[in-house]
Amino acid sequence: MAARIHGGAGAGAATALSTFNPKKLVAPPSRTNLPARNSKRYIVSAAAGSDGSKKSLLRVRHSQKLIANAAVATKAEESSAPTGTGHELLLFEALQEGLEEEMDRDPHVCVMGEDVGHYGGSYKVTKGLADKFGDLRVLDTPICENAFTGMGIGAAMTGLRPVIEGMNMGFLLLAFNQISNNCGMLHYTSGGQFTIPVVIRGPGGVGRQLGAEHSQRLESYFQSIPGIQMVACSTPYNAKGLMKAAIRSENPVILFEHVLLYNLKEKIPDEEYICNLEEAEMVRPGEHITILTYSRMRYHVMQAAKTLVNKGYDPEVIDIRSLKPFDLHTIGNSVKKTHRVLIVEECMRTGGIGASLTAAINENFHDYLDAPVMCLSSQDVPTPYAGTLEEWTVVQPAQIVTAVEQLCQ
Amino acid sequence: MALSRLSSRSTTLFQPLAAAFPTTLRRHISTDTTPITVETSLPFTSHLVEPPSRAVETSSSELLSFFRDMALMRRMEIAADSLYKAKLIRGFCHLYDGQEAVAIGMEAAITRRDAIITSYRDHCTFLGRGGGIFEAFSELMGRTTGCSKGKGGSMHFYKKDASFYGGHGIVGAQAPLGCGLAFAQKYSKEEAVTFTLYGDGAANQGQLFEALNIAALWDLPAVLVCENNHYGMGTAEWRSAKSPAYFKRGDYVPGLKVDGMDALAVKQACKFAKEHALKNGPIILEMDTYRYHGHSMSDPGSTYRTRDEISGVRQVRDPIDRVRKLIISHDIATEKELKDMEKEVRKEVDAAVAQAKESPIPEPSDLFTNIYVKGFGSESFGADRKELRATLP
Repeated sequence: MAARIHGGAGAGAATALSTFNPKKLVAPPSRTNLPARNSKRYIVSAAAGSDGSKKSLLRVRHSQKLIANAAVATKAEESSAPTGTGHELLLFEALQEGLEEEMDRDPHVCVMGEDVGHYGGSYKVTKGLADKFGDLRVLDTPICENAFTGMGIGAAMTGLRPVIEGMNMGFLLLAFNQISNNCGMLHYTSGGQFTIPVVIRGPGGVGRQLGAEHSQRLESYFQSIPGIQMVACSTPYNAKGLMKAAIRSENPVILFEHVLLYNLKEKIPDEEYICNLEEAEMVRPGEHITILTYSRMRYHVMQAAKTLVNKGYDPEVIDIRSLKPFDLHTIGNSVKKTHRVLIVEECMRTGGIGASLTAAINENFHDYLDAPVMCLSSQDVPTPYAGTLEEWTVVQPAQIVTAVEQLCQ
Repeated sequence: MALSRLSSRSTTLFQPLAAAFPTTLRRHISTDTTPITVETSLPFTSHLVEPPSRAVETSSSELLSFFRDMALMRRMEIAADSLYKAKLIRGFCHLYDGQEAVAIGMEAAITRRDAIITSYRDHCTFLGRGGGIFEAFSELMGRTTGCSKGKGGSMHFYKKDASFYGGHGIVGAQAPLGCGLAFAQKYSKEEAVTFTLYGDGAANQGQLFEALNIAALWDLPAVLVCENNHYGMGTAEWRSAKSPAYFKRGDYVPGLKVDGMDALAVKQACKFAKEHALKNGPIILEMDTYRYHGHSMSDPGSTYRTRDEISGVRQVRDPIDRVRKLIISHDIATEKELKDMEKEVRKEVDAAVAQAKESPIPEPSDLFTNIYVKGFGSESFGADRKELRATLP
């Protein structure tokens, strides 16, 4: 098994360990001279970005990826033997754990948002924190997104590390000016004098008949802002890891959670760990086609993958996790192996993450593609209330299966 | 040298103008600090609070430093005007001449640990916080020696070590930021306050009232200062605000209206406000001031107001003239000495401009620095990471 320097955090490379998990994999014949990629699940390395320290332990996951059933927010299957003892929890609890650990570790970390304190958070991510840390560190704000986002950014200019919660990502549109001009650009326009180590987080995405205004995908709007990083979590494991990494990062990070994924259950390690902010996650290695996805669509993809495997296909599924910047290293490796790419996203067709990713792959890996990059996105419509219509707005597993069959002809 | 002929009335120790390129506002240290009491031009008008007294304590050294610093600011802005017309400064350039008393008076009342955040009319505030005219001109001309390395421009002057947080282009966006600074000061128990400056135009922004609510709710040590120069670009205050009594618009937050052309009144008000904010939470100061230039260099400034109005204010209320008269009437210096000081200032500014003109322009690689902190090697190329960390076969 090869120890590989993984293209991880920009600051300070973190070396990665890989272990071979015999349960998982058939070693397929590689068409190229790629080193044995199949020996590695995926590598999670310390986000050394924030203070250059490599204190966080490196973890390697062994257990099988979660495969959600038809209703997304249900208990996940456990399969292979977990690493240590570990403990099981739901995704929102994992976020809370990560947040609490970071608040314990660094007194500069504080939380602000609507109903995060006494109410415990509208999705219970900040439950119990106000009792533990007090009202100043877990601040219940009035309903003024522009002002409290700006406030968090101003506080960050002096050295505090606020975690700003948007009760729903869509509400952060009201704070767009603060996020774009102040959060993203202050480090640059001040010639490097100020850093803005904020984390802006909240649930977004299409839920269950929440209506158009509460089903927005803000990652499409924020992706152009220079100076910010965007990550999307999808499992309890990476939720906790990304939360911790985002808090430790010196850059402003927007952490996209999904309304429907908060009740996912998984066993995560007891030991402290961090996920790399700029790294994609290999969910299922394969040979025939690369499927790139993130957040909730990962589960639709994995569901489709079951069908595809039955039909004889071998898709490689990558959860891109890092929406800005893209992990072109992992993606590129995969493209060079499979030569076909399917992007499955929840953003709308126009101007979404998939659109940017398509352009990036075409630009960088054009020579390796045997077929045009296909992107399945949500329809360019306001999300309707009616259940059936809402279902048709987003990409469903059946469409993914059809697309793969089409690409792999 | 004119300086040496100063009488011994005030045993001033003017620092000799030997330094080729003076960079900071030099406070002329006078050994004469015996207090002089001066009455402000107007009494303070207040809302929900007892106004401070009209009698302000100052000293000859302070008055002289006021004069010199304001003269420097005035000269800098006028030089910026010429540079803009010579197309060495591009984009937007918002000049502060006429409003110098606000910056100067505020500095006299606070320390460098108190934070100041303001809008895009920030050149003189930057100077007041200890910024150098060379850094200012370099930044205006987009050189690497500028305070933001040439990447910010006129609207983005910052000085972190002096707690000057800028420099913001979007009207009113600095109000929530200022609340955040005050929040951080309260969080870290710093016993310092934040002065958040905004204009009469920004006073109608919703985010200002959001910020006010937050500051009042949590007793943040925030002083909100409305620099009311009576025009929001081309729109007079009576045409844009239903209630132009900006100091009262805080409703539950106390306010004070101050003659912003009187540096001593500003000093008194800021001192009062700082004490108030540390004990009782936010307070609004409305500085009644005036700008001689238009909103920016693209605005002649005379289409929405008469030239008579401008010259009238200049004759009757000019802040530098007020201090000049005070100095002369208190026999601190003669008219000629003050004129010599102004000449000296002019030389300083000219020298700084000349040096800034010679400064290097940024390298192309500077385009990508300081986008992220320690990010992605040392550069960022858009959404994709350009650098692949391992070679692929």
